[in-house]
Amino acid sequence: MLHIKTPKTGRARRELKKIAPKLVETGKKTLILHGTKTSNVINNVLTEIYHLKKDNAVKYTKRNDNIRPFESGGETSLEFYSLKTDCSLFVFGSHSKKRPDNLVIGRTYDHHIYDLVEVGVENFKSMLSFSYDKKFAPLIGSKPFFAFIGEGFENVEELKHIKEVLLDLFNGQVVTNLNLAGLDRVFVCTAVSSNKVFFTHCALRMKKSGTIVPRMELVEVGPSMDLVIRRHRLADESLRKQSLKTAPELKMRKEKNVSRDIIEGKIGKVYIPDQQVGSVPLPNKSKGLKRERREAKTKGVGKTHVDKKPKQQDS
Amino acid sequence: MGDQNISNFEVDLGNLMAFDPHFQFSSPPSREELVRESIQQGTKLVQAIADSLFSLTSTEDRDGPIVKLPPPTTRLPREKPLPKPRPPTKWEEFAKKKGIKNFKKDKQVFDEQTGTWKRRYGYDRVNDDNDVPIIEAKMTDEPGQDPFAKRRADKKQRVEKQEKNRLHNLKDAAKVGALPSHVQLAATSLPITGTQAAPKKISKDELGNVAGMAATATASGGKFDKKLAGEKPLKHDKKYRKFLPVVEGSGMGSLERQQTDKILNKLLSANSHNILDVGKAVNFYNVKKDKKRKSQGKDQGKTSSTSSKLNTKKSPYKKMSKKGGSSFKKSK
Repeated sequence: MLHIKTPKTGRARRELKKIAPKLVETGKKTLILHGTKTSNVINNVLTEIYHLKKDNAVKYTKRNDNIRPFESGGETSLEFYSLKTDCSLFVFGSHSKKRPDNLVIGRTYDHHIYDLVEVGVENFKSMLSFSYDKKFAPLIGSKPFFAFIGEGFENVEELKHIKEVLLDLFNGQVVTNLNLAGLDRVFVCTAVSSNKVFFTHCALRMKKSGTIVPRMELVEVGPSMDLVIRRHRLADESLRKQSLKTAPELKMRKEKNVSRDIIEGKIGKVYIPDQQVGSVPLPNKSKGLKRERREAKTKGVGKTHVDKKPKQQDS
Repeated sequence: MGDQNISNFEVDLGNLMAFDPHFQFSSPPSREELVRESIQQGTKLVQAIADSLFSLTSTEDRDGPIVKLPPPTTRLPREKPLPKPRPPTKWEEFAKKKGIKNFKKDKQVFDEQTGTWKRRYGYDRVNDDNDVPIIEAKMTDEPGQDPFAKRRADKKQRVEKQEKNRLHNLKDAAKVGALPSHVQLAATSLPITGTQAAPKKISKDELGNVAGMAATATASGGKFDKKLAGEKPLKHDKKYRKFLPVVEGSGMGSLERQQTDKILNKLLSANSHNILDVGKAVNFYNVKKDKKRKSQGKDQGKTSSTSSKLNTKKSPYKKMSKKGGSSFKKSK
C-alpha cells in the first residue's frame, strides 16, 4: 500500500512550498562557508559579503575539512549543505600556502554544482576603513546597479565568466516593479588585466540636475578588493541549456491581428464569419432563451438577486 | 557627449547593469588612479542606466515613483528545474471528454428542514445523513438490516474509494515527477517506479531476536558468554526441545498419553458440532444402495447364467489352459 507523508501544520506546508521549484524564481540564497584554515583577510571578506547579502544568505561558522569544490568527491557535502539550506549560490573561503586568501564562488543547479570560479583576494579594504556620511549608507536588500568596465569582460573567457557570477551573486531577485527612490548602491567591477578584476561597492547619491534624470554620484563605501582569477570551471553545455530554459507559459506570444501606427495608434483586424443570410435561425436555439430556462429551474436565490438590484438603483 | 557614451555602453535595464567594453587605461595605473578612474567611469555608466531608467513611464506611489522594468537581457541560470505540470486526474480526463465544466457553488446553502443557512460540506452540513432520525421503510428493504448502519457503511466505503483514487492520481503524478510540494512519499513505502527495493527498517524486537539468536549460537547455548553492560537476560536461555520420559507413569510420565489424547480429541471434535454430516450421510446411502443392488443381482444370477458365466469365465479358463497345457505336454 502506498503511503504518503504530508506536513501536519500549515507552517510546514508553507515552508515546503517555499523551497519547491517555481515558475518564476524568487532570488537565490547564498551559502557562505570556509575551509579548515582561513586568513584574517578571508574571514573579513566572508563576513562583509554576508553583510552585503544579509537578507538572503546563510553563513556557516564551523570549519569544513571535506570541501574541495574543484576535486571530484569534494563537492558532496557542499551539495548537501546547499540542499539543506536551500542555497544555490555559495562562497567558500580558504587559505593555503599554494593558494593564499582563496575564494571559490560557485552556483548550483538543482543542488548540484553548476559552475565554479576561484579567485585570490588582494588589496582588501574593509567597509570599516571607509569614512563617509552614514546617511548615504545603502539599505539591506536594495536593488543594486552594476557597472562593468573594460574590454576583458567581453573577450577573456575567465572574466566573462566572473562577470556573470558576480552579477548573479549580488543581483538579488529579478524585479518588474522598481521604486526609483530606493536605488542606493552600485557595484563597480573593472578588468585591470586579463586575470584581475577590481571590485568595489559604492553608495549612490542622486543630485538634482534640472532635468528629470538626477545627477548620479558614487561614494565608495567598501568593501573593495582585487580578485585574481585562479581556476574556473564552466557549466556543462547541456546543463546550461537546461538551466536557461524559460517556461512556455511565460514566453511572450505574438499578438495576432494587432498592429501599431504612429498616427492612428493601435489597429486591430477583426474577422467576421460569413453571414448566412439565406437561412433563418431557429427561434428556440437562441442562447438567451436557454439561459432563462436555466434560471427558471434554479428558482429562488438567483431570481431574488436579480429583482433586488434594480430596486436599489431606483432608490 | 552623454548620448555618445550611451551608444558605446551596453545597458541591461532588467538587471540595472551597464557594461563599457571600450574603456582602457592610458598607462598602467597606480592603485589610487585605478580606484578614481573606475569610480569615475562607473558614475558615467550608472548615469547611462539612469537616463533610460528615468525615461520609463512611472506611476507615483507613496514611497516614490515606481517604474516597470523590462525583462533582463543577460540570461542567468535558474536555481531549480522548471516545475513539471501535473498530469490530469482520472476525473479531469473524464470531465474533459464529456465536456463537464466546473462552476462555483456557494459555500453556504439554505437548509429547508431547519430553516437556517448551513455549510454545503463538512461539519453541520445540509442534508447530512447523520441528522435523519427516521428512515421510511421501502418495499425493497431487506429484513434484519439496519438502514442507519447501511448508510454509515456506504459512506465509509465511498470515502475509502475516494482515498484510493487520490493515491492513484498521486502515483501518476509522481511518475512524471510532478508531485505537489507538500506531498512526500514515505520512505517506508515501496517506491512508485518499482525499480528499487525500499530499505526496510529493522524494528527493536527484530533486532533483539537476532541478537538473542547470535548469543545462543554457541555449543553451550550462550550459557557461559560474557554479558555486555545493559544486555538483558536471554528470552530462551535453555534448549527448546524437551524429551518425554520413556517409562509411562503418573505426573510427567503420563504426559505423552495426554498429548496424543489432546490431538485425537481435536480431530474428533472438529466436526462434532455438525448434527448431520452430509458427506457421511451420502456415503452411507450409497453403500446401502450398492448392497441392495448386489443382493438383487445374486437372486437374479441363479436364473440367468450369462452374467455369472462372463464373470467366472476368466479364471477357470486360465487354470484350464495351464492345466491343459501341462497335460498336453505330458500326453506328448
